[in-house]
Amino acid sequence: MNTEVVDDAPVVLSARRISKSFSGVQVLFSVDFELRQGEIHALMGENGAGKSTLVKILSGFEQPTSGEILLDGKSVKLPPNGAAEALGIVIIHQEFNLAEHLTVTESLFLGREVTRFGVLDRKFMRAETRRVLDLLGSHVDENAVIGSLSIAEKQMVEIAKAISRDARVVFMDEPTAVLSREETNFLFRLVRKLRDKGTSFVFVSHKLDEVMELTDRVTVLRDGQWIKTAPTSVLDGEAIAQLMVGRELSSLYPAKSEPDVDEEVVLRVASVSTGYVRDASFEVRRGEILGFSGMIGSGRTELMEAIVGLRSRLAGEVLVRGQPVPSGDVHAINKAGLAYMTKDRKAKGLLLNTGMMANLTLQSLGRHSRIGYLDPGSEEAALVKARRRFDIRVRDDKIVAGRMSGGNQQKLLLAKVMETDPGIIIIDEPTRGIDVGTKQQIYHFISALARDGRSIIVVSSEMPEIIGLCSRVVVMREGHIAGILEGDEISEQEIMRYAAGLKRKTAA
Amino acid sequence: MSVNQEGSQEAIRRRNWRDIDLRAVAPFVALALLLLVGALVNPNFISINNLANVATRSAFIAIIAVGATFVISSGDLDLSVGAMVAFIASLMILFMNSGVIADPVLMLLAAILFTVVAGALCGLTNGLITTAGKIEPFIATLGTMGIYRGLTTWLSQGGAITLKEPQLQEIYRPAYFGTIFGVPVPIIVILSVTAVAAFILYRTRYGRHVVAVGSNRDVARYSGIFVNRVRTVAFVIQGLCVAAAVLLYVPRLGSTSATTGILWELQAITAVVVGGTALKGGAGRVWGTICGAFILELVGNIMLLSNFISEYLIGAIQGAIIIIAMLVQRSLVRKS
Ligand SMILES: Nc1ncnc2c1ncn2[C@@H]1O[C@H](COP(=O)(O)OP(=O)(O)OP(=O)(O)O)[C@@H](O)[C@H]1O
Ligand SMILES: [Mg+2]
Repeated sequence: MNTEVVDDAPVVLSARRISKSFSGVQVLFSVDFELRQGEIHALMGENGAGKSTLVKILSGFEQPTSGEILLDGKSVKLPPNGAAEALGIVIIHQEFNLAEHLTVTESLFLGREVTRFGVLDRKFMRAETRRVLDLLGSHVDENAVIGSLSIAEKQMVEIAKAISRDARVVFMDEPTAVLSREETNFLFRLVRKLRDKGTSFVFVSHKLDEVMELTDRVTVLRDGQWIKTAPTSVLDGEAIAQLMVGRELSSLYPAKSEPDVDEEVVLRVASVSTGYVRDASFEVRRGEILGFSGMIGSGRTELMEAIVGLRSRLAGEVLVRGQPVPSGDVHAINKAGLAYMTKDRKAKGLLLNTGMMANLTLQSLGRHSRIGYLDPGSEEAALVKARRRFDIRVRDDKIVAGRMSGGNQQKLLLAKVMETDPGIIIIDEPTRGIDVGTKQQIYHFISALARDGRSIIVVSSEMPEIIGLCSRVVVMREGHIAGILEGDEISEQEIMRYAAGLKRKTAA
Repeated sequence: MSVNQEGSQEAIRRRNWRDIDLRAVAPFVALALLLLVGALVNPNFISINNLANVATRSAFIAIIAVGATFVISSGDLDLSVGAMVAFIASLMILFMNSGVIADPVLMLLAAILFTVVAGALCGLTNGLITTAGKIEPFIATLGTMGIYRGLTTWLSQGGAITLKEPQLQEIYRPAYFGTIFGVPVPIIVILSVTAVAAFILYRTRYGRHVVAVGSNRDVARYSGIFVNRVRTVAFVIQGLCVAAAVLLYVPRLGSTSATTGILWELQAITAVVVGGTALKGGAGRVWGTICGAFILELVGNIMLLSNFISEYLIGAIQGAIIIIAMLVQRSLVRKS
């Protein structure tokens, strides 16, 4: 961190008394914000605090209801829909903005295609794309179609796209939420290099450790209001968390409770193979929280999808409470009391154009209907309950899911899956894009479920989460289970050793 | 979020009336405007008699379009409906002409049942080709459109198929020309079909699934919905609606030919879109759809009654309507 360097650097972009309302509902209240040249500025706050909205306003994707934006000290009206790029302002959206049918190269050069004598210079564009991706340490193929990429890869493309534009100001809205530690490191290295050349960054993230590590200054928003701006070096994680939440936070993780050894085995996965995953076996007992760790692309999600029937199995068996379940039949598996929460809430989890209620009950309509006839009253009651239970905060009850803040979407998705009242729950990335306060709530919630006799599988790329929550941890590597850790073995180093292939053990 | 409690209370009150979805209201506003224009053009236009006539004539398209609302809401498209009308109507008449059942009343009941089954099967065929065969609905139903139309031409040997039995004709006639409490039967059929459809779409589990499948198939699949089953059933519902339209069509003329129902698929799709259903799926408006069908028929009627536009331009005007409807929808979306 080099806070001294930027202390007297000129201000590039600033917001003065910015307010914003969406159809009459105010979400930003007279916010001030200042970005200096060559600094990395963290923007923090709870889910729905207004971070994404502020970032969109400062990059022209939304217009403020009142207040002014200054670029190099001069008041400007930023052009909409990404045209601010011409002024050197780019944004990496929290929501992906890539056209599914284009290739990686085409996406990177969309709208600024390079031509030679009027003909597209594909070779040059491909080489350039490769160069940027290599800088980011990404192995994504420059000719791959966006639709075929995983979320992490899409995020990398989105980052590459922004960074390849030689911008003066780069907004990054939770860029690392879906990245592994290594990918994050590559990104940070590049960001620092560009910062030293004078580019300014705004970094929105819920990961306190990353903010401490990367940024020079921090601005905290709460409920749409500016709370504080300070050099990162004078704050610590605890202090930031308190500023965000406005109260003191007790311990993040609940006390671990291990199930008895003779508890019933509720889920047994025996030698399951899919295209990529080979010969995976493990079991889960009643009341257990089992963690799944591993690098991105190690096959965790594929294995989980095969277990719950979203993907067919090539070999192997899945037994729920001793009963084998058919391959590739989600419905039968839901019936058996096994539910899966996807990590891709935008593309696979929520109907973005639909309101909260229809989303909440989509998977459990059977509970709200008699002979197929829906009872709106009962759905309404479920929504009221779920909003309380999961602390889903919206300022406008009729809002469609796609317009909710990222973290609140995540809570809605969790609520939706829990509506089916499953005995075994597989949660893929439970706290993606969720603020610390809510994280704590979700961890306590998971722990309460386990104490209640349910079993939870937590798939997560966030090591502290796995370590803080789980009594056993399965580590996957390149499509197979590299090891299963228990008790004192569960530590960051040990997990990394298995995940990186330095160590392996076949049976636990 | 307690900071601005009063602020948002106020906002909620203000929103209540903004909440009215412009897209849902637009077709009804258009209908009201048309009625006004019609009344100005010709005072006879607004008479109950004329309006009942228009509504009766819109019955075929309206009923077919109600089925199309399901298919389109689930993200598919059915181009074969016009040909299907011709095909099923031919089958129905041939069945009645075959004389397998002597008693005319029983024969009629059997023919109705036969038609309903035939409609369901035609829909099922479309559904299975698109879902199990994994063929784009546009192509799949373009294919079956050719097949149904071709089969009709073959059955009729290029000519017409006519209901022979006069006694049957006599008892069947009221199904189109009759009235109940003074209301023409076709209007009652439109309203009941729409009411049932609205119930299914808005109030049942299946309806929710249709909309979910139409707005995002992956989300639906991850929510344990049998996506292909939902899509196939939507095609079957479309087939049943076509059958219902046929049941009204046959008593009207008592005959069909290879040109029956030509371009009806376009009119049905127009009615759906004018009614406010998004062509890309994910939202269905059944009442809007029949409003759309009524608008199409009204425009034709106004042109007939007025003297300044040639009625030969009806096709062109209807084509323009679908484009205008799309433009209006687009602009309403941007505002909200
Ligand atoms: N287009 C929109 N229409 C209506 N309301 C909106 C819209 N965009 C955002 N909001 C509302 O504005 C508030 C702030 O949302 P924003 O996305 O800025 O939060 P955030 O701080 O980025 O949260 P998160 O950490 O969850 O991503 C939320 O209450 C959200 O529902
Ligand atoms: Mg956000």
